[in-house]
Amino acid sequence: MIELKDVSKSFTLHNQGSAVIPVMAGASIKVAPGECVALTGASGAGKSTLMRVIYGNYLAASGQVFVGGLDLARAEPREILTLRRETLGYVSQFLRVVPRVPTLEVVAEPLLAIGCDKQKALDKAASLLARLNIPERLWMLSPTTFSGGEQQRVNIASGFAHDYPAMLLDEPTASLDVQNRETVLTLIEEAKARGAAIVGIFHDVGARDRVCDREINVSEFTPGVAA
Amino acid sequence: MTPLLQVKRIEKRYGARIGCADVSFDLYPGEVMGIVGESGSGKSTLLNCLAGHLEPDAGQIIFDTRADGPVDTVTMSEPERRMLGRTDWAFVHQHARDGLRMSVSAGGNIGERLMAVGDCHYGDIRDKAIDWLDRVEIDEGRVDDRPTAFSGGMQQRLQIARNLVTGPRLVFMDEPTGGLDVSVQARLLDLLRGLVREMGLSAIIVTHDLAVVRLLADRLMVMKDGRVVEAGLTDQVLDDPQHAYTQLLVSSVLQV
Amino acid sequence: MSEYNFAYLDEQTKRMIRRAILKGLAVPGYQVPFASREMPMPYGWGTGGVQVSAATLTPEDTFKVIDQGADDTTNAVSIRKFFENTADVETTEETEKATVIQTRHRIPEAKLTEDQILVYQVPIPEPLRFLEPRETETRKMHSLEEYGLMHVKLYEDISQHGAISTSYAYPVKVSDRYVMDPSPIPKFDNPKLEMDAIQLFGAGREQRIYAVPPHTKVVSLDFEDYPFEATKADHPCDLCGAEDSYLDEVIMDDAGNRMFVCSDTDYCRSRRAAGHVGRLAEEGAA
Repeated sequence: MIELKDVSKSFTLHNQGSAVIPVMAGASIKVAPGECVALTGASGAGKSTLMRVIYGNYLAASGQVFVGGLDLARAEPREILTLRRETLGYVSQFLRVVPRVPTLEVVAEPLLAIGCDKQKALDKAASLLARLNIPERLWMLSPTTFSGGEQQRVNIASGFAHDYPAMLLDEPTASLDVQNRETVLTLIEEAKARGAAIVGIFHDVGARDRVCDREINVSEFTPGVAA
Repeated sequence: MTPLLQVKRIEKRYGARIGCADVSFDLYPGEVMGIVGESGSGKSTLLNCLAGHLEPDAGQIIFDTRADGPVDTVTMSEPERRMLGRTDWAFVHQHARDGLRMSVSAGGNIGERLMAVGDCHYGDIRDKAIDWLDRVEIDEGRVDDRPTAFSGGMQQRLQIARNLVTGPRLVFMDEPTGGLDVSVQARLLDLLRGLVREMGLSAIIVTHDLAVVRLLADRLMVMKDGRVVEAGLTDQVLDDPQHAYTQLLVSSVLQV
Repeated sequence: MSEYNFAYLDEQTKRMIRRAILKGLAVPGYQVPFASREMPMPYGWGTGGVQVSAATLTPEDTFKVIDQGADDTTNAVSIRKFFENTADVETTEETEKATVIQTRHRIPEAKLTEDQILVYQVPIPEPLRFLEPRETETRKMHSLEEYGLMHVKLYEDISQHGAISTSYAYPVKVSDRYVMDPSPIPKFDNPKLEMDAIQLFGAGREQRIYAVPPHTKVVSLDFEDYPFEATKADHPCDLCGAEDSYLDEVIMDDAGNRMFVCSDTDYCRSRRAAGHVGRLAEEGAA
């Protein structure tokens, strides 16, 4: 479902003497449907960079990045957008929403974007918010005013609203209490059970051990000191 | 799928000076494209060429018309182009007063495009005008007020209603949030996003505000000195800019 | 008399104006630019109409001038005198006897015939001017038949007054093509624009001539749910009793007494001559 072949990534800082900073080289990974893979490595080793390359947010310098058969390194913007809408979900650590939009609609948005019936989408959003213990009185408010933990849960709810065949999870259990952490892990297990291929970053070792089938240490892809 | 708009090597010169040159892209139905660049980068010149307000010196602008399929709007007759301008195209100006008739009531402003395509039932026109006032969050009690009595944000929303009432397929926007307060901008962006999605509109938005394109645009084109220096997925261009100029542009934004 | 060329204008000028008139007749409702001359009267006093009349008159014509229907107001009298002096044509106050009638803001009540020419004085020939001040833009709108703006004006009328309140200079579409300002005639007269006579419109200051040939379709613009209505004061004429003519309201004293009389003085006079009597005429006789 997700396959990287010899992917490298570097940043060229044109405004700082055109310094070239290689951050990743020779990255090859393969994740099958129903499989959950954890990215590990020290801070700065390039876990987030790899996730962003898979999401198409960073442009791979070389190699191929296949998700659901599409090579994100070469795809047209609209092809990537379609992929993100239908196939590839991303739960980041930070909530980014349009001001003024109620929480319920923020969560339903991924379903509405694929043309789901509005009522069905809102029902699904409501059930997720309930599972993640967001009080119902907050559903019609914009999440921009919520606490960090609440925003994180809204983010997770919206990430799991649509059953994406491939998912990227960036620290999904960070800053959650025991009960909500359990809910999120259950959501991940459910996603695996329906066949989603998942790549995640988990600092929470317990969570990693419970849901992940194997680990990939991204330090393997860290290039030597810049030549 | 046929692109709604195919732009091929568009060039516009002002004497020896380049307005814009060698601009090509395809826009598909439902896509929103942002064009960013500093003042004088040629983004407004390009927009005005695309919308038929300026005649390009070279290149083709092929629009997928409802009746005849893809047609080059540069070479089509002026009546045809103006007809597109009041049916399938919409143009939202930066300054609402350039896009509104300030001496005509809000209802008359919205109704004009309907009457221009032959609507001549007063009750229907008024109902549609009120419906659109509601959609752009203006109280229907203001239907007979002139835009001179409206705030800047309301004028801009009225301009949008006036443009979208005939159900266009392609909207050109020139700095639609320029000159508005931040809170008013947010409301307008939210509204635009909703309308674009609801009506399945394609849009081309010229702005120098990167926050605006991040919220509204699927794709981004960065212009400098009349030429496109970088294009791609909006978040990719903003988060991983490849060109020196884009990097400068992105790094110049103040973090809030 | 011999000091003037016939009808004041020189022959070249009249030829130029006739070409404009013929073009106007060929393209009904289209505003033809012409090189308007200085006339020995101020703009706004009918210089456009006078030039069209001058180019139209022949020595055999009988000329009539009305100002808001009346033959005896200053404007009508001075223009009639002008052509008596410069063209030595016969003049009349009787509509039926006239071959050329110059008018300001009215169409005579009597049905005109194919042997007659009606010349209108026009202050502002451009019907779109009210909403679009740019001449370049209005010309383009005419050429591309973009007339949505005309309905915007009527829309504004209804939204502000509950009905189309435009009561004069009511816009019309001529021969299914050009939208035209019929000059400030009351909208009561609009249905009469479809007539047997030739209608010529002259705007001196604005330098435009336009025309409606005989038997041409002239439709007053309106909305389906607010159809055009040719309205007049709901009253018979107090002098001749006519119920079908356009009326002027005349205030008679400080106590609020008023009378309604035919604005077409010749129509009223001929009806009274034929024995018709209105309310006040009865009292006067009694």
